[in-house]
Amino acid sequence: MPLSDASPLPLTPEARAWLDTALAEVAADPAAIRTRFPAVRRHCGRGPLPDGRTIDEAARVLLLAALPLRDQALADEVAALHRYGDPAEQRAVLRALPQIDREGTGRFLDLVRGTLRGNDNTLIEAALGPYAAAHLPADEYRQAVLKCVFCEIPLARVAGLHDRADAELTRMLGDFARERTAAGRPVPEDIAPLVRPFTTTHGAM
Amino acid sequence: MRIFDPHIHMSSRTTDDYEAMYAAGVRAVVEPAFWLGQPRTSPDTFYDYFDSLLGWEPYRAAQFGIQHFCTIALNPKEANDPRCLPVLDELPRYLAKDRVVAVGEIGYDSMTKEEDEVLARQLQLAVAHGLPALVHTPHRDKAAGTRRTLDVVRESGIAPELVVLDHLNELTVGMVLDSGCWAGFSVYPRTKMSEDRMVRILQEYGLDRVLINSAADWGSSDPLKTRRTGDAMLADGFTDDDVDRVLWRNPVAFYGQSGRLDLDVTDGEPKPDETSSFEGNSIRRGGE
Repeated sequence: MPLSDASPLPLTPEARAWLDTALAEVAADPAAIRTRFPAVRRHCGRGPLPDGRTIDEAARVLLLAALPLRDQALADEVAALHRYGDPAEQRAVLRALPQIDREGTGRFLDLVRGTLRGNDNTLIEAALGPYAAAHLPADEYRQAVLKCVFCEIPLARVAGLHDRADAELTRMLGDFARERTAAGRPVPEDIAPLVRPFTTTHGAM
Repeated sequence: MRIFDPHIHMSSRTTDDYEAMYAAGVRAVVEPAFWLGQPRTSPDTFYDYFDSLLGWEPYRAAQFGIQHFCTIALNPKEANDPRCLPVLDELPRYLAKDRVVAVGEIGYDSMTKEEDEVLARQLQLAVAHGLPALVHTPHRDKAAGTRRTLDVVRESGIAPELVVLDHLNELTVGMVLDSGCWAGFSVYPRTKMSEDRMVRILQEYGLDRVLINSAADWGSSDPLKTRRTGDAMLADGFTDDDVDRVLWRNPVAFYGQSGRLDLDVTDGEPKPDETSSFEGNSIRRGGE
């Protein structure tokens, strides 16, 4: 039940009342989410949770879970929330993708791809969670990792690196490091562990 | 001098402007949705524009120490193009967002029947969302257009203290202040209003319910006109507190009526510089 799911969140009584009402409204009328989802932050707060999310992200996931929709109707409503969303809303949608796409179809990958073409690091980071790690094809995943290195997003925040790093990513990062070195610019330290395991022909880092 | 520019179109300005504005004392801005030089022909291009006002510009501004808020609306000129009207149906989504502190810019351009309808409808949206309204007054036939705007505002039932009429001059300021609405002034290099004229208006009408902006955009304009007006006030004998009132406390009071003007966004908001080093940022690197 979505209403009881809200109980672990650290909410003020006013925030809890607002969220409970919003959840009931969305459960009764899915279109209500279009104006409740954007308003979550100023009603529920945006402080950090122990799991690394923020309160508004967690509350927004509850609203998504309350949608009485399935299949294409659910996909359309979620895609529209992302399309019309501000960055905080978009981060919430991106982080919720594993829960929304429970069957693991990968059908929301285009939201991830669109985000990766953008220039907002907070969104790029949110897009490269477990959903991207599970579904992005290898070439796109490698490009995403390289973009993070360019944008100086710490690789510790990118999901799936342990399982998805491969020889081609090592080559790309190695080339990147040589290019930086040739230009006399610093090489981010966190790429070293990724480059070493597959290094065969060069030692210059 | 701390400055809040209550009306500036940063999407058409450079990062150099952000740097210069910060150096001049600007710490917060409101960017109203408006027309671009090139007319739009479909609703989708509005949504991309709104994305910029809610996403890219606040992100860009934050890197220069400036808080960025916006107002959202279908502007008067494009209210005349039936291809753009579907935007109105999606406005409720946007008017629910945290950084949207007013409905605007609405108002008249050529005072057509279509503009009448869209202005009235968007004033109702402001009432429904508990938001202030930023109302543009026409550049042509300004005095008559301002009178007609005040009539529509009165008929809408919105509280006058929730409304600012902008781009005023010596001939329109009196009727606007008498109505209970706020009076906005756009200080421009040549047109609209100059610093010296602005100072004379402040001497005559006082500092209450007055907003001063640069309205800087893609045309001949200057994002530092707020600062230059503050300097002109000081040179004329106004106090530091007077300047602070007009250039900071007044806009904070006006947009604060939205309940969404959170000027202390340090709690939980990921900032560009937290996730990327200064020079690593794509803007700082010149779009590498």
